[in-house]
Amino acid sequence: MNDMTPTREQREAKLEGMGCKRKRVEDIRFTQGRGNYVDDVKLPGMLHGDFVRSPHAHARVKSINSEEALKVPGVLAVITAETLKTVNLVWMPTLAGDVQMVLADGKVLFQNQEVAFVVATDRYAADDGINKVVVEYEPLPPLIDPFKALDADAPVLREDLAGKMTGAHGPRKHHNHIFEWTVGDKDLTDAAFRKAEVTIKEMISYHRTHPSPLETCQCVCSFDKIKGELTIWGTFQAPHVIRTVVALIAKIPEHKIHVIAPDIGGGFGNKVGAYPGYICAAVASIVTGKPVKWVEDRIENLTATSFARDYHMTTEIAATREGKVTGLRVHVLADHGAFDACADPSKWPAGFFNIVTGSYDFPTAHLSVDGIYTNKAPGGVAYRCSFRVTEAAYCIERGMDILAQKLGMDPAELRLKNFIKAEQFPYHSALGWEYDSGDYHTAMRKMMETVDYAGLRKEQAEKRAAFKRGETREIMGLGVSFFTEIVGAGPSKNCDILGIAMFDSCEIRMHPTGAGIARVGTKSQGQGHETTWAQIIATEIGIPADDIMVEEGNTDTAPYGLGTYGSRSTPVAGAAIAMAARKIKAKAQMIAAYKLEVHEGDLEWDIDGFRVKGLPEKSMSMKDICWAAYNSVPPGMEPGLEAVSYYDPPNMTYPFGAYICVMNIDVDTGVYKVRRFYALDDCGTRINPMIIEGQVHGGLTEAFAIAMGQEIRYDDEGNVVTGSFMDFFMPTAVETPHWETDFTVTPSPHHPIGAKGVGESPNVGGVPAFSNAVNDAFSFLGSTHIQMPHDFWRNWKAAKNLGVFA
Amino acid sequence: MAKTHVTMKVNGAEVEGLVEPRTLLVHFIRENLALTGTHIGCETTHCGACTVDIDGMSVKSCTMFAVQAQGSDIMTIEGVANADGSLSALQEGFRMMHGLQCGFCTPGMILRAQRLLKENPSPTEAEIRMGISGNICRCTGYQNIVKAIQYAAAKINGVEFQEAAE
Repeated sequence: MNDMTPTREQREAKLEGMGCKRKRVEDIRFTQGRGNYVDDVKLPGMLHGDFVRSPHAHARVKSINSEEALKVPGVLAVITAETLKTVNLVWMPTLAGDVQMVLADGKVLFQNQEVAFVVATDRYAADDGINKVVVEYEPLPPLIDPFKALDADAPVLREDLAGKMTGAHGPRKHHNHIFEWTVGDKDLTDAAFRKAEVTIKEMISYHRTHPSPLETCQCVCSFDKIKGELTIWGTFQAPHVIRTVVALIAKIPEHKIHVIAPDIGGGFGNKVGAYPGYICAAVASIVTGKPVKWVEDRIENLTATSFARDYHMTTEIAATREGKVTGLRVHVLADHGAFDACADPSKWPAGFFNIVTGSYDFPTAHLSVDGIYTNKAPGGVAYRCSFRVTEAAYCIERGMDILAQKLGMDPAELRLKNFIKAEQFPYHSALGWEYDSGDYHTAMRKMMETVDYAGLRKEQAEKRAAFKRGETREIMGLGVSFFTEIVGAGPSKNCDILGIAMFDSCEIRMHPTGAGIARVGTKSQGQGHETTWAQIIATEIGIPADDIMVEEGNTDTAPYGLGTYGSRSTPVAGAAIAMAARKIKAKAQMIAAYKLEVHEGDLEWDIDGFRVKGLPEKSMSMKDICWAAYNSVPPGMEPGLEAVSYYDPPNMTYPFGAYICVMNIDVDTGVYKVRRFYALDDCGTRINPMIIEGQVHGGLTEAFAIAMGQEIRYDDEGNVVTGSFMDFFMPTAVETPHWETDFTVTPSPHHPIGAKGVGESPNVGGVPAFSNAVNDAFSFLGSTHIQMPHDFWRNWKAAKNLGVFA
Repeated sequence: MAKTHVTMKVNGAEVEGLVEPRTLLVHFIRENLALTGTHIGCETTHCGACTVDIDGMSVKSCTMFAVQAQGSDIMTIEGVANADGSLSALQEGFRMMHGLQCGFCTPGMILRAQRLLKENPSPTEAEIRMGISGNICRCTGYQNIVKAIQYAAAKINGVEFQEAAE
């Protein structure tokens, strides 16, 4: 060994493996405008498609006249339901077991529903064509209020389901009923409530909102008549599933469909589902023989694709006088819009909502969810959450605060009293989940100490006294939230989409010079997979992350995977990557043993290669093993160094966190000021702390938007009144608060590297923290629950309702 | 529709094209000039993904006609990197401070920040936040974007960048 020999630390640092704040490789192209998003795809002869959309929320389509539109220069075709009937594509299956009109078939069921698809030589001509399509409507009474959906005289929305008393998830009890889903022990829970010393009951609504990635949904479809092959570039969070869906409904053999998801400008769940635009662009390409591009505009994105939430949750908690919870009962009225197109695993009609017991040791619980149709956009998505976990977390976190208020207890103390204890893991919840690991008390106490919780409560008490004395018009709220997520969908035993088990995959090919490529079944929409996946491999096989190229999104080259949403990439694909890397390492060990002329068992792993135990100078680097894999493998062994892993996780992962929001509100104006926001996340093993922090910042910003103003709102006629960024709250740098982040690390025991996933946690935990802060601020005036979103006007109205001013 | 001949300077090069009077500048840049770094996000001048620099001002190119840019001097994200191809101080700042995730808002954000630093070479955090309030980011939540701009300001001013304590 001479002075030039790198130290262990230097060798380890060179890898830029797990735990390293590796700078993102994606940024080299993104900062220079060299990304390649779908709208950047331009093919020779490419046409442009655009939709004629319904102005009505509910109406019969009497006639569609395309004559004048077809005279517009540049317009080549107008596709209607009649056209689609010839290819049997007028209705498509949804991800939730329902069917959805691709183009209006006889009637429309929500405003801006797709009625006809105009295909033209450029986007301006397509727009001209749209304006010339004459559609005659006969308006029908709209159903907007979900609470009236199951009334006997409520209008029949889905005439295609007339007489069908059974849906995809069991019996239907009304013509606007989609499903009833019940979980838990009703008798035991009812008994707990009968015996309870204290109970609370509150209708807690989580309003309708929208993911709104900056890039809207879009695609380019190109059908090659000679080869019979269809190529689709699209904003797809799950490209493989899209290919399978297209194969199933278009009857094109799956190997003749090429789906490519290039760079994606944010997804947040919006880009999981299949939308009429994709189908129409594909059909238009088949009809015209030319590539067809469909690019959704912002109004279309906000009004017609993928709403989120819209859950009305009647929440009841039973407890002892000392504050020990004894039962939870929740009924949800779930507004799924005109078609049940929610992106949920097949067996979960309301997603993972049954995580609603949260972080607390409820001995018994019962949940029932009624899914209903209304005249609103379809496609409820897991917007920055794992299938309705945001709604569940909001429900229980509000519920716990309301209980604390009733008991006269501190909300943090009530939580500490009821947390699942560290020694109870793996923990079986009353509603059927097995939590893998957690240490909630440590996280909560760390949060309380860091922000001086006791001091803040003291300040609040003083402020309240001053308010009552009339010395201030400002009130102060402390929003505590503690959440347990359920991510990593998921194990094939209970998770599938349209019958495809929700595994994920990785294929690694190491080349002779010690550089390689990893192809993964996931698809980044900004999460930085190209950076972090290489870090996992770097640590596992000792090759620098810079020498591993990561590729995703091309179904021709990537192994089959279920894509990126619901914080599933690290828990599922991250495991597949580690397992594929371990296969590489295992073969490398055999090669090294052969080259070093020792038994495999005599070798030990040492950062970037193998060395002979007890003989440190006798070693072989992984880089040299890569070369050897292509020229001198042991007799009988295949050359090459490749591995593929399809990872079916044994369980979900359960990241958790403790958040707090400190807020002041001026009662005369409703104007709030977020004084402090602290977020402690435990996502298990941390792959890239820089990226985790960025994800937390982003998720908190979205949580802030949702809790404090963002809402998709309809008027009584079903007109969307929040259809652009002019009236749909998009926080800018000015109003967005400063975020403080922190962490604890409790690895997942069943994940190969112990990672749990983090991208959605800040949204899940953030929304209740904001809402609890507002509610906590008003609580001393006698208020128990104020519905979100808490914008200035609603705060002002809350103050007025509480009699703070005349 | 009759077409109009437009000429302008884009990233230092004289360009020309035939456009309809209603053609939006962003479409001219993306479709005619094939400079796809300028993105379209909202089409109502709210999100700023389409921000370019025109004659010394930050302009949202989704609500301006190409014919209105006749004779102007435009810089798009493709013209931001240093002459030797290395990242500019701002581009480097965005990478170093993790000021982007999906990258869709980034070109507009960088163009805006570049103009901001020309107008105010040493902005405070509040001035930066106000200065980029016409640009929306959905992934990263601004905090690191602010840091990226502070990093670039420090680098341009030749002082050492000090990351503010949490």
